[in-house]
Amino acid sequence: MSLKLEQVSYIYGEKTAYEMQALKNINLEIHKGEFIGVIGHTGSGKSTLMQMMNGLEKPTAGTVRFDGQDIWEENFDRKMLRSKVGLVFQYPEHQLFEVDVLSDVCFGPKNLGCTGEEAEARAKKALAMAGVEESYFKASPFELSGGQKRRVAIAGVLAMEPEYLILDEPTAGLDPKGRNEILAQIAKLHRENGISVLLVSHSMEDVANYVERILVLNHGELLYDDVPKKVFAHYRELGKIGLGAPNVTYILHNLKERGFAVDTAAVTVEEAAETICKALKDRI
Amino acid sequence: MSMIKAEKLGHVYKRLNEQGEVETTKKALKDIDIEVEAGDFIAILGHNGSGKSTLAKHFNAILTPSEGALWVDGKDSRKEENMWPIRQAAGMVFQNPDNQIIASVVEEDVGFGPENVGVPTEEIWQRVEESLKAVGMYQYRKHSPNKLSGGQKQRVAIAGVVAMRPKCIVLDEPTAMLDPSGRKEVLKTAKALNEKEHVTVILITHYMEEVVFADKVFVMDKGRIVMQGTPREIFSQVEELKRYSLDVPQVTLLAYELRKKGIDLPAGILTNDELVEALAAAYQQKGK
Repeated sequence: MSLKLEQVSYIYGEKTAYEMQALKNINLEIHKGEFIGVIGHTGSGKSTLMQMMNGLEKPTAGTVRFDGQDIWEENFDRKMLRSKVGLVFQYPEHQLFEVDVLSDVCFGPKNLGCTGEEAEARAKKALAMAGVEESYFKASPFELSGGQKRRVAIAGVLAMEPEYLILDEPTAGLDPKGRNEILAQIAKLHRENGISVLLVSHSMEDVANYVERILVLNHGELLYDDVPKKVFAHYRELGKIGLGAPNVTYILHNLKERGFAVDTAAVTVEEAAETICKALKDRI
Repeated sequence: MSMIKAEKLGHVYKRLNEQGEVETTKKALKDIDIEVEAGDFIAILGHNGSGKSTLAKHFNAILTPSEGALWVDGKDSRKEENMWPIRQAAGMVFQNPDNQIIASVVEEDVGFGPENVGVPTEEIWQRVEESLKAVGMYQYRKHSPNKLSGGQKQRVAIAGVVAMRPKCIVLDEPTAMLDPSGRKEVLKTAKALNEKEHVTVILITHYMEEVVFADKVFVMDKGRIVMQGTPREIFSQVEELKRYSLDVPQVTLLAYELRKKGIDLPAGILTNDELVEALAAAYQQKGK
């Protein structure tokens, strides 16, 4: 069970004056149940990569496989694929349109051919998974706060019962509390419902706190594909391509230069606090 | 002289029904007392819905007070004849750069504002040149804005405001949609305008790291100002900030965790250098 990209390339506006290669020879496999972060500067190909994964765009070259099957084969059911691989775009709350929260979330399953009752059952389950309380079900989606709207929009995708959930900067524009709540909810979906999550983010701190594997894109190429500690060890290279590492990484490297015996691989505040305390304690 | 001064400022949003009668009201600002000195760099923090953007809209008379009063550059915003002078004095930059750029060439976009208020052509070009240089985008003057990165577009939007020669610039979450390098560019630009051109800057943001250089920080909650002080004073109060759904910069949080673990560090550490120095001192001490 996996989502696999084999030598995938994508060129926008091929053979025109605006030709631009957005992806270059990408090879990667996403297994069921993984929690992956995707980082890259604006224009590095993150969004194009996401669109490859649920068949919104067809690769110029290479193959995309869902459970081993080429998704661009003639008989492949791409409608099924789009329900299995859910895509949450940036600012998804801009796509809310219905009169109340519940109807909005029902829209997806109804389109898949569910009956009204089935759709409602799915929608209620999805709203619970996204952490929206029942008292909001009949409210207009436009009266909710930013964080709430975003949960409703995420529920709209969850109602399709995806196995893979791809989120493009789900925390953009939210306050710190809203950010933490949404990320905790996504982590819970991953932990309790076994959904594979692909999180596109500009926050190195968020990525370090939540994911188990990081993909780094630069000018359409997959530069790194590894666990956070190993990826952030390349903090200098990441800085050169407009990214960086969590701030604690810089602090630890600074301390090491000053003679501290700290473990510079720590990427979260807890890990950093621990290694600094240990270094101070061990100092005789 | 104070650039902005509010006394007991309040704002009520009214929703009208189809007959034009007031259906519901919502108090978005309550009893705001604020004073911003000319030349200051001010930051406003607060969670979503705390009233930050409503307050910002008062600063350039997009909204006018429902209660109390506000003066911008000495002009009372309750008086209609002051609306244009206030908008000239205080320019505004919004979150999404794509919504603020209208022309198909960078220099024409920046010239749009001055042209609209009837500045002579010669002077428009002079202002365009100065503004683009001030934000470091002069070499892109002939480019198409839609080929620029998010950070570059936002700098062009700032140049458009600078070309109006405002005394004060209000930036409402200008970095929310940008990647890390874009965020740095925009912040550097805002700081340079403040330091070199002596423009008063009011920065509204959700990123705690962006406000550590501000002269003063205001924290808003439920339409009120609940905390104010220097960044160091504000960020020393980790628990209180959390109560207002806010955070502290990661380095401050690390120092806070270390203090909880019994390591002797000063409160309110704001920069990596401060923390490294303080820890190095503790390390030396221990080695003796």
